Amino acid sequence: MNEAKRFNWAEWFLNYSLYIILGLLIVSVVVWDRTFLSWGNFANIMAQASTRGILALGVAGMIVYTGTDLSAGRILGCSAAISASLLQSTTYGARMYPGITAPLPLILPLVLSIIAAMLFTALNAFGFAILNMHPFIISLGTQLIAYGALCLYIDSQAGGAQPLANLDFRYIEFVNGSFDLGFTRLPYLVIYLAVCSVAMWVVWNKTVLGKNMFAIGGNPEAAAVSGVNVARNIFGVYLIAGVLYGIAAFLEAGRVQSVTTSTGLNYDLDAISGCVIGGVSFTGGVGTIPGVILGVVILQTINYSLYYLGINAYLQYIIKGVIIILAVAIDMRKYIKKK
Amino acid sequence: MGEDAVLMDMRGVDKHFPGVQALKQAQLQVRAGTVHALMGENGAGKSTLMKCLFGIYKPDAGEILIAGRRVNFSGPKEAMEGGVSMVHQELNQVLKRNVMENLWLGRFPKRLGLVGGREMHRRTKAIFDELEIDVDPGAVIGKLSVSQRQMVEIAKAVSYHARILVLDEPTSSLTHQEVEHLFRIINKLRADGVGIVYISHRMEEILAISDDVTIMRDGAWIATEAAKDLTIDSIIKLMVGRDLTQRFPPKTNTPDGDLLVVEDLSGKYDPTCKGVSFSLRRGEILGVAGLVGSRRTELLETIFGIARRSSGSIRKDGKPIVNRDPSEAIAHGFAMITEERRANGIFGGLDITFNTVISNLNSRNRRKYREAGLLSARKMGLDTQASIDSMRIKTPSRKTRIRDLSGGNQQKVIIGRWLLTNPDVLLMDEPTRGIDVGAKAEIYQLIINLASQGKGIVMVSSEMPELLGICDRIMVMSGGRLAGILDIKEVDQEKIMRLAAKYA
Repeated sequence: MNEAKRFNWAEWFLNYSLYIILGLLIVSVVVWDRTFLSWGNFANIMAQASTRGILALGVAGMIVYTGTDLSAGRILGCSAAISASLLQSTTYGARMYPGITAPLPLILPLVLSIIAAMLFTALNAFGFAILNMHPFIISLGTQLIAYGALCLYIDSQAGGAQPLANLDFRYIEFVNGSFDLGFTRLPYLVIYLAVCSVAMWVVWNKTVLGKNMFAIGGNPEAAAVSGVNVARNIFGVYLIAGVLYGIAAFLEAGRVQSVTTSTGLNYDLDAISGCVIGGVSFTGGVGTIPGVILGVVILQTINYSLYYLGINAYLQYIIKGVIIILAVAIDMRKYIKKK
Repeated sequence: MGEDAVLMDMRGVDKHFPGVQALKQAQLQVRAGTVHALMGENGAGKSTLMKCLFGIYKPDAGEILIAGRRVNFSGPKEAMEGGVSMVHQELNQVLKRNVMENLWLGRFPKRLGLVGGREMHRRTKAIFDELEIDVDPGAVIGKLSVSQRQMVEIAKAVSYHARILVLDEPTSSLTHQEVEHLFRIINKLRADGVGIVYISHRMEEILAISDDVTIMRDGAWIATEAAKDLTIDSIIKLMVGRDLTQRFPPKTNTPDGDLLVVEDLSGKYDPTCKGVSFSLRRGEILGVAGLVGSRRTELLETIFGIARRSSGSIRKDGKPIVNRDPSEAIAHGFAMITEERRANGIFGGLDITFNTVISNLNSRNRRKYREAGLLSARKMGLDTQASIDSMRIKTPSRKTRIRDLSGGNQQKVIIGRWLLTNPDVLLMDEPTRGIDVGAKAEIYQLIINLASQGKGIVMVSSEMPELLGICDRIMVMSGGRLAGILDIKEVDQEKIMRLAAKYA
C-alpha cells in the first residue's frame, strides 16, 4: 500500500522525458551562447512559430482522427500565392495583375486564400469520409495536385515564373507589425496565433463538433452507434482546418514577403512534428490545444537555436529527425503502458 | 482435497493498483485432472489473479508453484512454454491471417529456415482431429464464427501441451450444442490430467462441469469447495456475501397498445435478417432467442439504421419511420445497447462524463448542455453524476477513464448514456454478457422499471433463464427468419430450441 503512495519517479520521467530532453537542449544552447537568451530572440521565435502554429491547429484535428495531412504545406503554398498575387504593390510594374490599379482591401485576399484552402481540405475530407481512403493516401494525392496548381499559377505570370514579391506595405505592416512593450516588442503574429488557439480550444472543448471528433478518434464504431454523423463531423473538422490553413497562408506570404513554388514545402511535416511533440497521439482520440502550441513553440525554439548557433544545415535535419522519432517513441511507450 | 495432487498452487498473492487493492492474499489450488471453477463478481479479482499467473502483472507478494516448482513467468510466451495456457474472453487473434498461422504464430514449424506450410497444416489438422474440431486450417480467422475462433484458441492451448489451461468466460457466445462440444473437449483434457481453471458467470454450467469451486470477493479468497457440495444459491451467497433472495426481480410492467410494428423487414447485405415481422407493445419486454448465426444482432442493427434495409416497414406509434442511420434512429426515440461493449460501445480512453453524454450530444436534447451557445462542463457533469447515482455505478470519479471500470459498471454507464436520450424503444443486444450476478440483478430490475414506465424493450439474449425470467413474450429467430413468437405463459426451453432449429 505505502509503496504506491510514494512518488513514482520512473513514471514521471517517462511521461515528461521529452520535455526534459528538449529543456536540457535549450539550456545547453544558452550555456553555449549566452546571447541567445534575449527578448528579441524570444519575439522572433514566437513570430516564426505563429504561422506554423496556426497550420498545426488544423492538422491536429486530423491526427486526433488517427489520420494525418501531408498536403497542408502545399495547400498553404497555393493560398499564399493567391494572397501575395492580389496584394502586390500597385506601383510595381511586373505585378501579376496589372489590372489592379487601386490597392484591394486586405480582407478580400484573405477570404480567397481561405476558400482555396477549404476546397483542398474538402477534397481530403471527401476521400477520407466518403471514399474511406486512408488520410495519408488521399492527402498525398492532394499534395501533388496543390503543388501542380501552385506551379501553374506562378508560371502563368506575364513575365514567366518569378517570385510573387513587392507586396503592398499595408499588408506587410499588418503581418509583421508589433506593439512596443518597452522591454520588448509583441509581434501582431503572436496575437493572431493566440486568437486562433482560443477559437480552436473552444471548438475542441465546448462544441458538439469537437466532442464528436474525439469520439470518432477514440472509437469510430462506437461513435457511429452513439448517433455521431461521422462523415459530417469529418467534413466539419477538415473545413475548419481549411480556414486555419488559409489564415496561415495569408500571414506566411506577408511574413516572408515572397511566394515561390517552394513556399510551404515541408510545413506539413513541421506541423505534424509539433503536434506529436505536443502530445497529440497518432493512436487517436488524444490531444489538447495547449499541447499543440507548446509542441510547435518547442520545435521552433530548437530550429531557431540551431540556426542561431550556426549549426550545419544538414546536421539540423538530422537533429530534428531524431527529435521526432524520440517524440513518437515516448508517445507509444505511454500507450503500451495503458494496456 | 488431497494436498499431494495439487498441480498449481498460488498463495498469498497481493496486487495493488493506484487507488485499489486488487488482490489481498488471494489463493488458488488446482489439482491435476480436475476442472476448477473460479467464481466471483466482476471486479472480484479473478482476471487480475490470472494475469499474475501469466506474468502480465507482477504480484506485489505471494508465490506461485507449478508441480511443486516455484515459477515467476515474465509474460504470456514464457507462461505458455512453461505449460500454462489461457483462452481469453476477448480473443486476440490476427483476423486477416488464416487458422494455422494464428495457431503457430511465434513458433512456425520451419524447414531450412523457411516456414513449412504443409507441415503446419498437418500438425494443425492432427490437433483438430483429436479434439473433433471441424475447422479448415487454411480458413481466414476473421471469417469464422466466434465459437469456431474459440475452438481454435483452445486447440492452440492444447498444442503447447498445457498442463494448466485457463478458460475465461469460454461459453459467453456459444450455443447449447457448442457448449456441449466444449465440454467434451474439457472432459478429454481432464482425463489427460490437465488442470483446468474455468471462469464463468453461468452457474448451471459451473455445477455441471467442475470438480472444485473457488470463490473470490473483493480481491480475497473466500472459499474452496467441492462442486457437488454447492448449489446455485450457496454460490451466489458466497459471491455477494449476502442472500440474493431471487435472481429475477418481480415483474411490475403491464404491456398495453402497439408501440412498434415491424413488417417484412429484410437487410440489404448478407448475412442479414429476412422478412421479419413483429410488434412491440408499450411497456413490453420482448425477448429474442436463437442460435448463433440466427441474425438477431443484424435484426437490431437493421432496425437501428446501422445496417441498410432492403425492404419492409417500421411504424412507431402508427407513423411509418425510416432509420437510415443511428442519429435518425435516436431522433425517432430509439436506443441501442450493442453486444460488443469494447468494440462499439465504450470510448475506452475517454472519461465517464464523455461516455455518458455522447449520445445525448447527438440527440434531440443536445441544446440542454448549452450555455451561451457553448457546451457547459457543469451541465454535462450534473447529468453524469445523476446517471452515476441512479445506476449505482461504482467509480472513483466522473473523470475516471471508462476502461478502468469493471464490465458491469461499463455496461451501466452505457445504459445510462442511452437513458439520457429518453428513448421509447430500447434495443438491447446481450445486455448482461460478461457481467456478474449482482450487477445482472440490477440490470434486470432496471429493464423491468423501464418497461413499467411504458418503454418498449427488445432484448436479444443467449441465456435462456434470463429470457424466461424477465420477458413478456419471446420471439425465436432461426437462419435469419422469424421462427415464431411465444407468450411467456406457454413457453418452455424445449419449444424455444425446436423453433431455433427450424431454419438453421
